[in-house]
Amino acid sequence: MADVTLTVDGKKLTAPAGTLLIEACKSVGIEVPSFCYYPNLSLQGACRMCLVKIEKMPKLQTACTTVVSEGMVVTSDSDEIRQARKSMVELLLGNHPLDCPVCDAGGECELQDMTFSYGAAESKFMEAKNHKEEQQWSPVVFFDRPRCILCYRCVRVCGEAMDVWALGVQNRGVSSVIAPNKQDHLECEECGMCIDICPVGALTSGAYRYKTRPWEMKHVGTICTHCGDGCKTTLGVRRADTGMEIVRGDNRDKSGTNGDFLCIKGRYAFDFANHEDRLTQPLIRKNGKLTPSTWEEAFTLIGKKLADVRDKDGGQTIGVIGSTRTTNEEAYLLSKFARVVLKTNNVDHHRTADFPAFASALRGKPEATARMADVFSAPAILLIGNDPTDQHPLLAYQIRNNVRLHRARLYVVNSSPIKLRRQATNFTQIPAGAEGKFAAFLAGNDAAADGLASLSKTKDESLDLLALRGKLLAEEDLIIIFGSELRGSDIANIVNSASLIPGAKFLCLADYANSRGAADMGLYPDLLPGYHAAATSSQFHQEWGDIPQTPGLDLPGMVNSAEDGKLKALYVVGSNPVGRLSLDPFVFSKSFVVVQDIFLTETAVMADVVLPAANAYEKSGTFTNTCGDLQLVKKAGEVAGTKSDFEMIVRIADAMGFDIKKLIPFGGAMRADMGQSRGAQSGEADRHAVWLEMHGLEPKLSPLDPMAILDEIQRLVPGYDVSRMNLLAGNSEHTTLANSGPGVTHKPESILPANDTLFTSGTLGRYSRALNSVMESREVKTTEVAAD
Amino acid sequence: MASLVSHPDEVKVVSRRFGQGAANLDRYLELDGYNAVRKALAMEPDAIINEVKNSSLRGRGGAGFSAGMKWSFVPKQSAKPKYVLCNGDESEPGTCKDRLIFEHDPHSVIEGVVIAGLAVGATSGYIYIRGEYRYLSIIMQKAIRDAYARGFLGKNIFGSGRNFDAYWHGGAGAYEVGEESALMESLEGKRGIPRIRPPFPAVVGLWGGPTVINNAETLASVPHIILGGADWYAKLGPPKNGGTRLFCLSGNLAKPGVYELPMGYNLKKMIYEVGGGIPNGRKLKAVVPGGSSTPCLTADEIDINMDFDSVAKAGSMLGSGGVVVLDDAQCIVKFALRTMKFYQHESCGWCIPCREGTDWLKKTLTRFHAGGGLKKDIDNMQYLAENMLGRTFCPLGDAAAMPTIGFINKFRKEFEDHLEGRPCPYEKEGVIDHLPVLAH
Repeated sequence: MADVTLTVDGKKLTAPAGTLLIEACKSVGIEVPSFCYYPNLSLQGACRMCLVKIEKMPKLQTACTTVVSEGMVVTSDSDEIRQARKSMVELLLGNHPLDCPVCDAGGECELQDMTFSYGAAESKFMEAKNHKEEQQWSPVVFFDRPRCILCYRCVRVCGEAMDVWALGVQNRGVSSVIAPNKQDHLECEECGMCIDICPVGALTSGAYRYKTRPWEMKHVGTICTHCGDGCKTTLGVRRADTGMEIVRGDNRDKSGTNGDFLCIKGRYAFDFANHEDRLTQPLIRKNGKLTPSTWEEAFTLIGKKLADVRDKDGGQTIGVIGSTRTTNEEAYLLSKFARVVLKTNNVDHHRTADFPAFASALRGKPEATARMADVFSAPAILLIGNDPTDQHPLLAYQIRNNVRLHRARLYVVNSSPIKLRRQATNFTQIPAGAEGKFAAFLAGNDAAADGLASLSKTKDESLDLLALRGKLLAEEDLIIIFGSELRGSDIANIVNSASLIPGAKFLCLADYANSRGAADMGLYPDLLPGYHAAATSSQFHQEWGDIPQTPGLDLPGMVNSAEDGKLKALYVVGSNPVGRLSLDPFVFSKSFVVVQDIFLTETAVMADVVLPAANAYEKSGTFTNTCGDLQLVKKAGEVAGTKSDFEMIVRIADAMGFDIKKLIPFGGAMRADMGQSRGAQSGEADRHAVWLEMHGLEPKLSPLDPMAILDEIQRLVPGYDVSRMNLLAGNSEHTTLANSGPGVTHKPESILPANDTLFTSGTLGRYSRALNSVMESREVKTTEVAAD
Repeated sequence: MASLVSHPDEVKVVSRRFGQGAANLDRYLELDGYNAVRKALAMEPDAIINEVKNSSLRGRGGAGFSAGMKWSFVPKQSAKPKYVLCNGDESEPGTCKDRLIFEHDPHSVIEGVVIAGLAVGATSGYIYIRGEYRYLSIIMQKAIRDAYARGFLGKNIFGSGRNFDAYWHGGAGAYEVGEESALMESLEGKRGIPRIRPPFPAVVGLWGGPTVINNAETLASVPHIILGGADWYAKLGPPKNGGTRLFCLSGNLAKPGVYELPMGYNLKKMIYEVGGGIPNGRKLKAVVPGGSSTPCLTADEIDINMDFDSVAKAGSMLGSGGVVVLDDAQCIVKFALRTMKFYQHESCGWCIPCREGTDWLKKTLTRFHAGGGLKKDIDNMQYLAENMLGRTFCPLGDAAAMPTIGFINKFRKEFEDHLEGRPCPYEKEGVIDHLPVLAH
């Protein structure tokens, strides 16, 4: 659109036609206050705070509803305007309880800020304030009517952005009240977006209310440890007897790919970390019983046992199972540890998507993977399988709001009428399990349509499958998103089918926070990091030295081997194969089993040694979300007695007598000048250190520094050579699969989707009070949920 | 059926068929009924609009905007259907004219709606009737049914080959819905809350379609303009204030009632001659000239002509034609409280100044009238009202603020008479036995 030029407070500015005046002002640093205006939500004009003077208009006008026009002359601040705003704040405070000293929002309240800005400090009224008792709408949402200023942000974010429509307004006039959808309580997605968006303390979090004050917490922006979408969540932590307690999760700075969004898990389900069942000391099986012991005893025992097995029976008798929730550095280190120290290729993890097939199909195709941000801006999206509303809440949010705000065309192909069909231009229902046939049909195999037609119901009845294919192939910049329903050759089919679509991008959905990272870091029996085949020589063979080249056992293979008594040792890092595969609990009883986990899982309870692990909220590193967006994980909480998986792997290698410098590239020849020589007193030392860290040049002095491994990952794993500066700044950096290794031998049948819903999250979910307390979680059939 | 009043000065146009059984379609046809539509069907749409423009018919709902101009804003071409809306949500205190039209002459409204439809190219119209006027909606429903039965509505009206559907819709009891965009929200089944404008209804209105929305009296005047001609109608009133108006005289008058007088009729004459003067030997204290939202006029300000421009010049508004007369036994504070109770009750609550402002004004006036007033309350009320004025989302805030400012400015003395625990001087038995609990 053409630009228009206007003047605000004497400043000339240019903005695209159609821009709202309030946004145009913001673009040049002029803040126009508002309560009800919120970017990307419908306009209200209700709070009257953004009143400005526009020349030739008799009355003050609301900047939030005024569209800029050529030659407009605006005054954003004058005595008249300040008085208008002051009187609005006075009127709001008239019925406001002024309970700031106990209110959760105190210190981060927009009404407080406005009161300070406009000085409405004088009480003008004598009558009693209108009062209403506080209400609990759900275990996680509380409502205090007296604090509510009726900006309707909650109503809009719930309806427009979340498509849940659980909040509304009842009564009128001064009796107007925000009301939940089920008379006295909420039945919804419990995302808590209403709380986050509330400018005051009217909506408060059941998990956090009255616990502490904002200024008494440290706020750590990190990546959520639940699903594979990679939302940034800000954890509020404070000192506790046992370390640092996480007391709040929210979306404080909105700087992540998730923008305004967080689901119930990202916002409330940090509480598993504080669960009383957390493991806080090493356990060693003595006389058949898991007995608390010391770290030294445990590491010595594990080191001795593993070294013995390796040296006596060979590395091929040791199995290693990695995690989908540890950091990239830990997954990489485990992959390397298995090959280099344990001399085994028996490495696997809980696979929820066929990334090897995906990497293989996209080899040599740069720009073919979609980032999470692209899903919000693409002109068209094809979604095959999966139910993002449940399994990938951020992805669903991105899709939904792209359709709402940018009128993207959404094509949904699914065996069930998933919620996103409400946003779909076209919804095609196919028989369960026929997703692969659809991929084949899209790739030009007309015969495959036979298997689809029986159930084929399209929203637009006239649009048959052929027409749908025609429409899809005529799109540009289409993003094709698919769930675990597509595996192996289906993925090759879908990628090939889109070869005629200019700018087509793909997104393969995996279920856990670092499922993609686990795959990229080579937690496979036949693949090294970057999908390089273990069997053929690559940079890893050169760097890592003498590593086994025969493909190892996958997880079912290890189970079989254990049953046959051939698997002498099993090292499980943050995984629960016994629970997930519903295995016989005694299946590993003939092996020496070491489990690192945060809870005593079905697998851990049968182990010989159990090591208490820190979870992803308690360590630093990086995660790669399902789109391939690399993001920084920062340590927020701390539970005394636990160690990070990274440290434990290093300690075990050390206990095995391995030269740690061959595992972790730390120390080295660089002189450790952290700036002391460059004016340490002036603060330049700090800046110098920051610069070095940004460029990966700072000396890694500790073998426990994940940054040392990140250096190696960035150097060796294809696609990970992204800007360190941007990564450390808290942004996401997209990794591409275009230069992945060639080796792909995979078993599509080994993929087991997590089947998590909005209210479950494998093992973590089982220990989250918030997730288990909301009534919506009762409807989830737990038997369907995988245990990782 | 309400009994009708009359006065020789009346010029009966809209009220021509009042009391003659014109709710009956046959009777209506005898009284020139549906001839205007027949005539309009033979006219070009622009000709109809021009006729209405030239008649200087101004909106009878209160704002006084030229009806013909409003119609001309509707785009000729529209992808979405166009609509005609009759605003029969008559709720302004002191105003009771539309109910007489619905009761005595419902077909004239239907006729007006059809003509407006022909003028702007709409093929359906809604007659929105105030929720409390349930008995009138029954009359209107019958009228619509009868018109359909004769082929005056529906497909091929009057054999012209053109279609027009008319529907009635009942409100749920909200003054706010008299605001045109709130009325559309209500009609669409939503909360009666005004919309952001622009876009204006003429471009984006009901269900997103271009919409003409006029007051019932305005639409009921249209058939007479079509039949009698724009010149005849315009000349009934002063320049730019065409035609006649149903003035609703109420309060302390000997002969209250609805009188149809030419626009520009002198207010003093209206009170003392048409309304029969102030009974019981009382003197005039104040007049609210155009419904409760208009600032009052004092006894020495009433020698003015009742047309939109003259009343505006006198510092008030012609509004909806509800003339409320107060004699010298009336307490202005009590009247201000009564007025504010209404606006506080009817505020939709959407925007801060109206929602909170009306509530605090009501609370303060309640205490004030009961004798608990403080001197600073007077300034405070004025401050509140002045800070509401012009800053609310819709005109309801202004409607509450304007009369309050007027009462305080013109009768400050009376407010001061209530101070320091003194009971209301106008209530002999008004013993104050307690003061309200004071907070803050």
